[in-house]
Amino acid sequence: MEEMPREQQVKFYQKGTYTVGNRLVNAKSRAVQSSITRNNSLTSGHRACQGCGEALGARYAIDAAMRACNNRVMAVNATGCLEVFTTPYPETSWQIPWLHSLFGNAAAVATGVAAATRVKGKPEIRIIAQGGDGGTTDIGFGCLSGMFERNDDVLYICYDNEGYMNTGVQRSSATPPTARTATTPAVGKEPGNVFGTGKNLPRIAMAHGIPYVATASVAALHDLEAKVTKAMSFRGARYIHIQVPCPLGWGSSPASTINVARLSVKCGLFPLFEAERGEVTSSVPIRNPIPVIDFLRTQRRFAHLMKGGEENERKIAKLQAIADENIRRYNLVRKEV
Amino acid sequence: MEHPFAITLDVGSSLANRTGSWRTSRPVYVKHLPPCNDTCPAGENIQAWLFRAEEGNYHLAWQEIMKNNPLPAIMGRACYHTCESVCNRARVDETVGIHAVERFLGDMAIANGWTVTIDKPVSGKKVLVVGSGPAGLSAAYHLTRLGHKAIIHEAAAQTGGLMRYGIPTYRLPRRVLDAEIARIEAMGVEVRLNRRVEDLGAAMAEEGADAVFLASGAQNTRLVDFPTDGSVQVRDAISLLREIEDKRAQLDIGKRVAVYGGGNVAIDAARSAIRLGAKEVIIVYRRTRATMPAHDFEVVEALEEGIELRVLRTIERIENGGLVLEERVLTDTNRSNPTGRFEYLEKVDTVVMALGQLVDNNSFLKGVPGLEFVGDGVKVDNLLRSGREGVWAGGDLIPAERNLTLAVGHGKLAARQIDAYLRGETYVHPPRGKIAKFEKLNSWYYADAPKTIQPALSLIRRQSGFEEVLGNLDESNALYEARRCMSCGNCFECDNCYGACPDNAIIKVGPGQGFEFKYDYCKGCGLCVTECPCGAIDMVPETI
Ligand SMILES: Cc1cc2nc3c(=O)[nH]c(=O)nc-3n(C[C@H](O)[C@H](O)[C@H](O)COP(=O)(O)OP(=O)(O)OC[C@H]3O[C@@H](n4cnc5c(N)ncnc54)[C@H](O)[C@@H]3O)c2cc1C
Ligand SMILES: Cc1ncc(C[n+]2csc(CCOP(=O)(O)OP(=O)(O)O)c2C)c(N)n1
Ligand code: SF4
Ligand code: SF4
Ligand code: SF4
Ligand code: SF4
Ligand SMILES: [Mg+2]
Repeated sequence: MEEMPREQQVKFYQKGTYTVGNRLVNAKSRAVQSSITRNNSLTSGHRACQGCGEALGARYAIDAAMRACNNRVMAVNATGCLEVFTTPYPETSWQIPWLHSLFGNAAAVATGVAAATRVKGKPEIRIIAQGGDGGTTDIGFGCLSGMFERNDDVLYICYDNEGYMNTGVQRSSATPPTARTATTPAVGKEPGNVFGTGKNLPRIAMAHGIPYVATASVAALHDLEAKVTKAMSFRGARYIHIQVPCPLGWGSSPASTINVARLSVKCGLFPLFEAERGEVTSSVPIRNPIPVIDFLRTQRRFAHLMKGGEENERKIAKLQAIADENIRRYNLVRKEV
Repeated sequence: MEHPFAITLDVGSSLANRTGSWRTSRPVYVKHLPPCNDTCPAGENIQAWLFRAEEGNYHLAWQEIMKNNPLPAIMGRACYHTCESVCNRARVDETVGIHAVERFLGDMAIANGWTVTIDKPVSGKKVLVVGSGPAGLSAAYHLTRLGHKAIIHEAAAQTGGLMRYGIPTYRLPRRVLDAEIARIEAMGVEVRLNRRVEDLGAAMAEEGADAVFLASGAQNTRLVDFPTDGSVQVRDAISLLREIEDKRAQLDIGKRVAVYGGGNVAIDAARSAIRLGAKEVIIVYRRTRATMPAHDFEVVEALEEGIELRVLRTIERIENGGLVLEERVLTDTNRSNPTGRFEYLEKVDTVVMALGQLVDNNSFLKGVPGLEFVGDGVKVDNLLRSGREGVWAGGDLIPAERNLTLAVGHGKLAARQIDAYLRGETYVHPPRGKIAKFEKLNSWYYADAPKTIQPALSLIRRQSGFEEVLGNLDESNALYEARRCMSCGNCFECDNCYGACPDNAIIKVGPGQGFEFKYDYCKGCGLCVTECPCGAIDMVPETI
């Protein structure tokens, strides 16, 4: 998978290569988000914070899915910000059929909806389950693993903001080491989240051998849309893990949401790759790599690391080692960019 | 409506929830002044014409240039392109090759015979323009587009001023010069050649002119005196270049030539001497290479052609067929001081003096009542008005930098002034926008794309003739180059803002029609501002 469509890589599009649209190329080569007729599946008036990455990522993903399957999409949502800020009864921001049941059972409910469409003979209706990292990697993990194992015909999208944001920024198993949350305060001998904990859900999904797994970022729109589109071309269980910065929980400025996501990709902490049936098939090379500290510096959840001292240096070096390992594993720094 | 158990409200859309009320500052679409535009002495809207060029709409691009500058093919070659020295793209990789694209467009216009329209109805007013250099031609062109009759009096046998009698052909082929001037004449500008103005009042009366633009330039060479035994021929650069224009290669300048001076004219004289058959050309200059007023790229080209620099030297005297040079030192304040040490440059056939030009104020200018001088130049105010009502002046004639592009800019400004004057109005400068600074751009979006290098003529061909040195870009290169422009401070419809808004609070109106904010829903997060590649959105505080 490339960060942008092939057609845009020719040398003439230096200005529009990475942008959402580009008046110089045909409409097909532009992102779905550049279209006047995009679905706006998640529309205005929602109650997400200013600059919410999750609100952005969800519109990106669902609009792309809508485009990919002729607007025949139903979504099942786990509890979390994405559910709470979009549907305070009696209002909804969703412009698609949408269901909510519980925090931990979105995958199981989606399996049921998929079964219902099969029974009713409507295979053209495609089912997406979605939730936050808490709903996915923690409480919803059992249902999700079952959905993978049975290869149910559902695309599960995790919007990873690296914590339980809706209830006040508690730690989840997707919170990175050292990050300060309400439950991992920046105090004591090991301030912030501890090293050696947490799960890497994309790799766990791969271990199930399901048809398609991908990671994506709100900072790489063309890539994100291409992955959602590709996911919709498969039947069976699919998983996309999208990193969505949370200004509130991360302590970043609302205006910098996309930039923070971009830095996360550029330093190697959030690798962009895709895998089919358990094998990595492609990764997005990093354009102009940066050290992790340039990413950490943008968020108050890492502020305690910036106070200097040997201990902090060591922690930053350990985070750098994680990034370096990603770069090696997914071959993220290579000549072609 | 009947509600199920425990339900009291109808289901509705969140559009009922006006989240715009959360906002403390609001995004607004703006246009800022790109640094290139700000710096172009002719006031070109470079960003705007590159915007057209990058879509392959060369005709529109050319017309956009022509709004401000009637000589794109000439400027694309001979303008010192100060625009490029401030181009923001330099901070990403290299500057945009603005002049190369300008030249490409200018040449395309000549090849296709493109013309411009007259924008205002005929006024019946006449304006006398003295001199057909770039300043005079520009004024006449703009006056014509504004509906007035422009009549040029030109002392020389041909039009163009120093573009013809100064700039050598290897930098500006005469077919290009002729074509761009012919286009201006074809618009209805009257040119009277071999017509030296001796008495301004009489010339005005003869033409029935309602206003005058003085653009007679500065063609006297500044001379310095040093003793000579007459053993080496001394000539001035301007007359030499003029003679080359008239006689071309038949001129004999000798085998070993010294050029005295460190400006662009010195470089042109030296490079011309090589082309006239001189085997050795030595530039003698009193300061260092770094402090030479000549542009560095010109010095580099001269060195490539085998010209020698003898810096920190002045000519003391001429004797026995050679030059006695004095060594100089530079002081902290960049003064060139004598050292009392001398050296001898032997066997010099010709010394060419290129120490700058002066206005000939011993001419008709003396007889114009009210006209004042500052130094050797004609005194004008910031709107180019001279001390005499109805008389404007510009180009080399006034105290300012001396280059083609500024002369063209002066011609334009004067024409707009004169237009207002003739219509009984006052001309007001349109307000200048804020500069689109690099810091306001999100340069991540600009993929690396190094500058296209214009194909340079091989050294051998360069040294032996007056053929043009720099070639043209082909179309794909020109397009590539135009697309390197980052559109600083001006929306280029990338849809980033429209895409990046988490609140779907931006309306894309349609191609060419821009975007609008839905302030009912915009929470004022500023994401659109950060993600706009070119800095075309500002955040302004809400008044509460
Ligand atoms: C060798 C040389 C190279 C140069 N190279 C460059 C370059 O590469 N790029 C650049 O930007 N600038 C260059 N310049 C500077 C540039 O040529 C001048 O700044 C520019 O031509 C000034 O334009 P102008 O219209 O004011 O005057 P001029 O071009 O000097 O034109 C004045 C005209 O007025 C006519 N005239 C004078 N007196 C009378 C009269 N009494 N009646 C009627 N007509 C009269 C003259 O014959 C002449 O045609 C160069 C100059 C020289 C000398
Ligand atoms: C069974 C259950 N436990 C706890 C909650 C409270 N709860 C609601 S949302 C949430 C956190 C959601 O975190 P995440 O899934 O990461 O989504 P985010 O809000 O971060 O987008 C919690 C703990 C609940 N709704 N149900
Ligand atoms: S808390 Fe974070 S995830 Fe939740 S709405 Fe605010 S920005 Fe979005
Ligand atoms: S990038 Fe374009 S608009 Fe910006 S300074 Fe350079 S030429 Fe001008
Ligand atoms: S991104 Fe949207 S909500 Fe944020 S400032 Fe821009 S228009 Fe307003
Ligand atoms: S983000 Fe793109 S479309 Fe929006 S104002 Fe800036 S240049 Fe124009
Ligand atoms: Mg979360």
